[in-house]
Order: sequence, then structure tokens, then C-alpha cells
Amino acid sequence: MDPWVDSYAQRAQGLTASAIRALFAVASRPEVVSLAGGMPFVSALDSDRFAEIAARVVREQGAVALQYGSGQGDQTLREQILEISGLVGVRSHPDDVVVTAGSQMGLDLVTKIFCDPGDTVLVESPSYVGALGVFRSYQCNVVHVAMDSEGLDPQALREALVHARASDSPVKLIYTIPSFHNPAGLTQSFQRRQEILAIAQEFNVPILEDDPYGLLGFEGEPPQAIRSLDDQGVIYLGSFSKIIASGLRVGWVIAPHGVREKLVLAAEAATLCPSNFSQLTVSRYLAEQPWQQQIKVFQELYRERRDSLLQSMQALMPAGTTWTVPKGGFYSWVTLPHQLNATTMLPRAISSLVAYVPGTGFYADGQGAHNLRLSYCYPDPSRIEEGVRRLAGVIEAELDLVNTFGVKTSGETRGNSQPQLNPNSDLI
Amino acid sequence: MRIAILSGGLNAERDVSLRSGRRVAEALRDTMPVAEIVEVDLNGEFLDSLGSATGKHSFDVVVPLIHGAIGEDATLRSMLELKGIPFVGSSAASAARSFDKGVASGLVPNGSAPQFVAFPQSFFREMGAPRILETVIVGIGLPLVVKPISGGSALGVRLCADAEQVAPALVDAFGYGDRVMLQSAVSGTELAVTVIDIGGEPIALPPVEIVPLSGVYDFDARYTAGATEFFVPCRLDSDVVQRVSDYAVAVHAYLGLRDISRTDLIVDSDGTIWFLEVNIAPGMTETSLVPQAIEAAGLNVGGVFSDLVTQAVTRSH
Repeated sequence: MDPWVDSYAQRAQGLTASAIRALFAVASRPEVVSLAGGMPFVSALDSDRFAEIAARVVREQGAVALQYGSGQGDQTLREQILEISGLVGVRSHPDDVVVTAGSQMGLDLVTKIFCDPGDTVLVESPSYVGALGVFRSYQCNVVHVAMDSEGLDPQALREALVHARASDSPVKLIYTIPSFHNPAGLTQSFQRRQEILAIAQEFNVPILEDDPYGLLGFEGEPPQAIRSLDDQGVIYLGSFSKIIASGLRVGWVIAPHGVREKLVLAAEAATLCPSNFSQLTVSRYLAEQPWQQQIKVFQELYRERRDSLLQSMQALMPAGTTWTVPKGGFYSWVTLPHQLNATTMLPRAISSLVAYVPGTGFYADGQGAHNLRLSYCYPDPSRIEEGVRRLAGVIEAELDLVNTFGVKTSGETRGNSQPQLNPNSDLI
Repeated sequence: MRIAILSGGLNAERDVSLRSGRRVAEALRDTMPVAEIVEVDLNGEFLDSLGSATGKHSFDVVVPLIHGAIGEDATLRSMLELKGIPFVGSSAASAARSFDKGVASGLVPNGSAPQFVAFPQSFFREMGAPRILETVIVGIGLPLVVKPISGGSALGVRLCADAEQVAPALVDAFGYGDRVMLQSAVSGTELAVTVIDIGGEPIALPPVEIVPLSGVYDFDARYTAGATEFFVPCRLDSDVVQRVSDYAVAVHAYLGLRDISRTDLIVDSDGTIWFLEVNIAPGMTETSLVPQAIEAAGLNVGGVFSDLVTQAVTRSH
């Protein structure tokens, strides 16, 4: 037994075991088609070339690569990051970039420097499971704000801010994923971004813009980041996880001067410095390889998989099931017939060798019972089709079961009225 | 000696099983430093590696720690028997008796299982669920517990205090299997009694008393350290402890179990013992019950399992 049970901090109390997470252990077996995890398809990279780059980093820059480095991150890499961020319209100075161990760490650091326990964070409805995990661990009051087909709804945002102003809990951040949203698969129009920014400015609340998928659109130019419209009121999170490789754990924050200073100090306190080896590998990759071409390869690959998912769902899903049509990124958000509960249905899906993430994982308040997230980034198109076929069978069997028992809405989930998922890499 | 610790599997208890396997493997490495201890998942390659009954095996003995279907029913054990490889734990025939909670409840001493029925989903569909549920709820009474007929870790188990909760609970439980048990809920002290059976002399280890802080010993309560309070030794009088211990040994014998079992039961306020279920590949994780009982008995997991491994090998000769 754990002898330290009574010693843990309050913020660790949310870190509990859950049946849902346990079920995902099965999803890693090869028999299962996992439409659950958002693992980038890193096999699309040329691994020999990557090995060469890594070897040369050690051989030629070993004294730097294997040593501690700057807490803010490698200077050259920060310049290169600006070149990439420029593709989504972000103009900045290398001094305002902080390199982090994936943008997840950026999310953690920003929350750490802004939020005291009980402070309010506004998030989309649904929102990224990994962000909810961070906000929970800093004991934030998470308030979901409705979305429409263009993402975060400005009217709902305004109402939430007005409502919060009347309460004791100040709103510290508006957290949004404007492009190819995880899990909703939606993208804010340019006009929508302007509206959201105007409201944030009016209420004087910073926007935390999470943009890991911005360059993975399937049509036209990449959507311009909200940060491209305002360099003082927006903190921008970017990542190499999806455009190079998630295992490198290199992401970044672009922040206004004052925030950046705090971030660097917080980052140093947390990890001293980001991995020099990873940073130099990324930097050399960007300098020597046709990385824009590689992004095109990823875009094509994911577009083909998205098409497979959408076509399979169109052909196979039972009536009453609906889904979003992503124009980029990794995910489609599915709404089940109203009498079904995606959490209750998960063990049946696992037995049928298909996995998804139940919608409740993307809410801090128990919503999402009738939703699930499907990701199409990892399995190949034929496996995706097979997965959808299995899932359609599961939904039909569940409908049959629910109809047998005349259950109208199955909103309650087992054991815990407000199940919260602690994110792990299977769920990201 | 090459020992295969078989854990994982393909059901909802995979994660629990992997943790059980890791724990037992580590303990055995300490107590049997000369043996080669390999953790393996159940798949086609593993079955091939076992060779045939007449041929050579790549392992000398298997410790099956796959929980739930395949692992604790007759499936895996029949396969191991056909392959002729020694393994720790109950035979396929007794697994078939113990795994199905309905079958086991009918076999335990003195009709000590709370009143229950067990139905397949098709029965509800074809006969009409409302009339069946009405009969069941009147006949068994409330509160009642809905649970999959097989499987563990309390997955799919729900306590229903009123009639409206029963149908949604059935929807949940049928997610874990095709037959579901509806059983009268008994309240009292919840206990888990481990029986270790070495040299044909099954003995009960100190019963572990379970007090979930949330009131329900569900999955989260089982696997989150601190979510459940355990009392070993339990807080019951010594005569009750003796009866409970004798009872678990009797269950072990009635069902023809071998090596190790864990009987879960409730002692009500009258001192009556009520059978819930018996596990033949009980959880061995950091928060599991059997390791606590082993420690309370002054033994250790490595010692117990090395005895069981030796016994399994000897049995096959």
C-alpha cells in the first residue's frame, strides 16, 4: 500500500484511477483499431535521415547538445520558430519565444504563473483533455463556453465574462484552440477570431491560443493565428509534435515581454532548461531538410485518412449519429443518438476491438455523455474503415440494448457522476 | 527454470493484470534469483512458444495472471492443459465453475449466496424488459446489485436503491458481457479472504476488511491509493473471523480450486456470511487485497508464489 496517502497535496486528489483509462490499456493491442489517441504518424518521416541528423548533432555539437543550456531555449531555434510561426501570421522577436518540452509544458507554465486556486479559466465546450488536466492540477475553476459551427461562440463568451465579473472568481485566461480544434474538429473563421479578440480586449483578459495543428490544414492557406492580430493580449502556444515528431518534445510559447520574463523564470524552476539535444536536432532538421515539403506530406497523409473516416461514417453509421467535418488536424467529434452514453458504451467497443475517447473526458463538468472523439491520424485508411465498421456495429448493438430497456437518456456514468480523465499519451 | 508470468490479455482488466504481473514478477525475481522470469502477454506467439504436449516447451511453468474472461474462465487453462505445461492455479474445470458468478453461487456451502437471477440480453429483448424487471424487482426486492455474470474489478457493477436505476444499470452491465446477474444487495462488513493451498492443506490468510470512503468499492475505489480503507486484521470478533476463514476454505474445496483463491463475502449484522464471488487469478497490484493478506500473515508475495510455482512443477511430474 501507499504509505504517503495522507501526505499528498490537495491538487493531487484529482489524480485518481479510472475505469476509462484502464480500458485504454487494451487499445494499444494490435487487434484493436484505435481511433482514440492522437498520435502523430511519425513513420512518415525519413528515419535514416533523422538518425544522421541526430548523429551529427552529437558528433559536431556534442559539447553543447549534451550540456545544460539556456532556460529560454536555443537562440538559433527561437529564430527558426519565428519563421514557422510566420506561416500563421505571427510576427515577433526571438526574445519573446520560450522553448518548452512540448506545448503541454507551455500550457502548464502559463497556468502556473496566471492562476491561483479558484481562479476561473474559460475554455471551449468541449476542450482539450490535456489542458483540462493542467487547469485541474492548478485547482482552477473551469467554465465551458459554447461553440457553434465556427468554434467559440462570441455571444456565449461575452455572457460568460459578464457572469464571471459578477462572481468572486476572476477570469485569468481564455483558452482556445482556434484551428482544427481538439476534440471538436472545428476552425474559427478570421472574422470569428477578430470578434473573440475584441471581447477579450474589452474585458481585459488574455487569450491563451493553443495552435498545434495550425499548419495541418487540408485546403488553402493556414488560418492566421489570433496572435497575428494582437501581440500584447495573446499568448501563443506552438509545437513541433505534429509537424516534425512528438517524441522530440519541443514546443514553444510566444508571449508579451512581461509574461515571457515570468515564463522563463518558471521554466528554469521547473526544468532548468529544455533538452539541448532535442533542440539542436530540431534546429538542424529545419536548417537542412525541406521541412515545408514534409508538412505537405503530413497534410496529404492526414487528408486521405480524414476522407476515409468521413466516407466510412457516411456509409456505415446508424441514423441519428452526426459528426463534425474537420478541415485539418486529427479529429472529428461525433454526437450519438441522444439515448446513448459514450462512456457506458466504451467497454462494448473495446470488446469489439475498436477504441475511441468518450466525450466526458473533454469537459470538466460532466457534459459530453452523448459524444465521442474519433482521431484518424494514426491508423491507415483501410484500418480506419474497419474501425468505423466495428464502431457502427457497437452503436447499433447499444441502440438495441437501450431500446430493449426503454432507457431514454443514459446521462449518468458508472460510479462517478463527474468522471474526469487524467490525460495520458493515449488520449492526447 | 524459466517462468512465464502471463499478464495483460484483451479485456477491460488488461491494465490491472499488467500491474499484477509486474508485481509478481518482481517478487519472484527476489526470491528465485536463479530462475529466469519473463513477463509475457497473451497472444498467438506466446501460445506457439509453449510448443505441444509432447514436444519441448520454452517455459517450465506458467503463472497465469490474466484477470477476467479468457484468464479466469476455462479458456486459457484448457489451452495450457492441452499443451501439457504446468501452471499455477485452478484447473480449467474448476475455473468454469468459479468464473460464472451464477454457477459458483449455486455451488457454495449452505445456499450462502444472496438471492439472484442471471439473464442473457436476448431474454430481455425477446420477452420484453418491463415485465421481467417487474418480476425481478418484486421477487428479489430493493436494493439490488446489477453485475456482469463474469469479470472483475467491479467493472459494470451498480447498486440500485430504486427501481428506475435498474434498467440503466443493466445497459451498463451488458457492456461487459452477454449475461447479467441481478442480486439482492446485502449490507454488512465486506471482506476478502485469501486461501493458499500448499501441500494439500488449504489455509485462509487473515481476512481483509474493505471500507471504501465513497461507500461503494467500485473501480476507482479499488485502484486509487487512499480511496479505500483496509483493515487487516479485520475488526470482527475472533469467532466470526474463524467462521469466515473456514467458509473461504470450504468454498475453495467445494469448487475444487487449487493453489490460490480469494473469496469475497459480506458478514451482515446477524453474523450471517453471504457469498459474493471467488477469484482464481486475484489482483496482485499495489492496492490489491491478496498482497495485503499475504503480508498480514507474515509471508511475502515472492515466497508464496515461489512455493506455488514449485508445487505446479512438482504436480506435473
